[in-house]
Amino acid sequence: MTAKSLNPDASGYYGDYGGMFIPEILRTTFDELIAAFNEAKLDPRFWQSYVDLMQTYSCRPTPITPLLNFAEALGGKFQIYCKREDLNHTGAHKANNCMGQGLLVQRMGKKRIIAETGAGQHGVASATMAAKMGLECTVYMGAIDVERQRPNVFWMEQLGATVVSVTEGTATLKDAINAAMRDWAESMETTHYVLGTTCGPHPFPEMVAWFQSIIGQESRQQMLKMYGKLPDKIYACVGGGSNASGIFLPFLEEKEVELIGVEAGGHGLDSKLHAARFSGGTVGVAQGYKTYFFQDDEGQMMHTHSIAAGLDYIGVSPILSHLHDQKCIRFTAATDDSVISATKLLIRTEGIIPALESGHAFAAVVEEAPNIPDGTQVLINLSGRGDKDIFNIAEAIGDEKWDEFLRSKAKSNEVNSVSKF
Amino acid sequence: MNLTNYLKNRLDPLYGGIENPEIKRKILLMTHVVVGYPSLEANWKMLEAMGEADVDLVELQMPFSEPSADGPLFVKANQEALLNGMCWQKYFDVMTRASDNFDYPVLMMGYYNTAFAMGFGNYCSNIRTNGGEGFIIPDLPLEEFGDLFEHSKIHELDPILLCTPTNTEERMRKICGHGSGFIYCVARKGVTGKNTELDVSADKFLDQCRLYTDLPLALGFGLSKDEDLRRLHGKAEIAIVGSALLKTWETEGEIGYRKHLMSLASARE
Repeated sequence: MTAKSLNPDASGYYGDYGGMFIPEILRTTFDELIAAFNEAKLDPRFWQSYVDLMQTYSCRPTPITPLLNFAEALGGKFQIYCKREDLNHTGAHKANNCMGQGLLVQRMGKKRIIAETGAGQHGVASATMAAKMGLECTVYMGAIDVERQRPNVFWMEQLGATVVSVTEGTATLKDAINAAMRDWAESMETTHYVLGTTCGPHPFPEMVAWFQSIIGQESRQQMLKMYGKLPDKIYACVGGGSNASGIFLPFLEEKEVELIGVEAGGHGLDSKLHAARFSGGTVGVAQGYKTYFFQDDEGQMMHTHSIAAGLDYIGVSPILSHLHDQKCIRFTAATDDSVISATKLLIRTEGIIPALESGHAFAAVVEEAPNIPDGTQVLINLSGRGDKDIFNIAEAIGDEKWDEFLRSKAKSNEVNSVSKF
Repeated sequence: MNLTNYLKNRLDPLYGGIENPEIKRKILLMTHVVVGYPSLEANWKMLEAMGEADVDLVELQMPFSEPSADGPLFVKANQEALLNGMCWQKYFDVMTRASDNFDYPVLMMGYYNTAFAMGFGNYCSNIRTNGGEGFIIPDLPLEEFGDLFEHSKIHELDPILLCTPTNTEERMRKICGHGSGFIYCVARKGVTGKNTELDVSADKFLDQCRLYTDLPLALGFGLSKDEDLRRLHGKAEIAIVGSALLKTWETEGEIGYRKHLMSLASARE
């Protein structure tokens, strides 16, 4: 079985988007990567080795869970299912791409990987892959994200990775990508850059979407087998676009299936404090590719905001930009507040703790519920689990007992470290 | 101005039959300013010092929020210039003043999104109107130039292409074939601002570029000292010094900067 996905043209374009805007020093490295990827893509044994690895190491195929109580809470007139990417090893769909690229690194014979990370999920998945495959690993992470996602930093370091806190620019995901690119411009002979999403220069959007399309392929089969038909609507959150591409692309040819991408609405689309590129963005070129960016009139990137670090990014997959223009995918946005309340509802009704990123897809379903026709089958991609967000969710909920716990923990740590001297 | 002829004439006073006996240099010097950093006033002092040192060519960088080919010092410079309100208008004002007041030709340097956002026609006409002679876009491979070559021709600008030691021979031939003005040879892997050990491999790289072009060769990335320039006599036509001078400005101020610049300028002969 091979993955069906949207193919770019020879220059790496999806319609008007994508391409390869890379410094000349990396040209040969990209040519080698394209050749290695194309070869792997044509080799059915490669895909099979990927599926085998994911089945023995990362709980694939991940289940589809019917959300009866959650649907009931929304009026009970339509069915909701979710694809459990949160059950992947390391807790998110990011594992798919990392393990896939890891197999490619082995094929190419490189010994070191670098990665950028926003929420930290991709960093943890990369560090995990490096540990399993015996590779050296450096993860670049914006200083602000290091602060927001300390537990993930802790695990990356335990897994043997070096975490570099990036203080340049806005000290978030985009700056981590720039820093990783700079590392690669020097280290490319021994090092592969495991880009974490369907962005960046060709062939990354194609490659990441290819590995992630395992989500949509499984979903198709599972929905047909368990419920006798394909879903009517599929919702996925969109940061860079990897989980959305992964679940959407295998359904692209199905005209009856509506695909809905949910961007980070932050404090609201009028506030300018959001990351909804399809609402507030314009076409530009940065970080190696052409797409919709959150930028000013002179092409300078602007600050984005989201409660979910993994959606807090200036650009979006060129694949999704193309499908946006072609009207194959409808895009909407969910605000921070609506995400928190949808997340709480899912936790209470189903006992499932979603990542705040994934919470956006649930928030959009809650928002649109009054207009969803009776009997509709809705599939939501639950791209990651929310344990990592405990600090942010507790803060947003304003849980006093948690605050008290943090204070006493900090105090006892202080006492302990003093008593060591 | 024909940039290539200007450069060749600076090296060889008899080139093209233009007599210019007071200038006889074994290598030329191109310097760099990130416009808006540390301030427009400081930029002007730098540009004046370059005028006094009779620098041969100057690149003026338009800051960008995602300077992915630059090292830490220029990244900081790009970022702070933007925080201080750098914009197209202020940038082109500096370009106009520099080209009006000094003898050296100036080039626009900056990332592709600036050209894309401005539109190719406006980009080229703005450079021409404000006295620039060409442009360098480090994140634009020649395949992605599209109409930009056409617009450069219309406005008589030289798009400067970059050639690197990791390029295949075929790729070098292609880049050199599309080259204009001079070829910007990147001395090593990595980003701007780290020192480069100029060794045999750099010589070999330059020799290889030479096979594919008659255009002058400029070597940049990591050059900092007068010895670096002397080492390149007879091997490259232009030495590019960027980050090293800015670093001197930061650590030693204007006096140190002028001293550094003069030592580089005198290493041309």
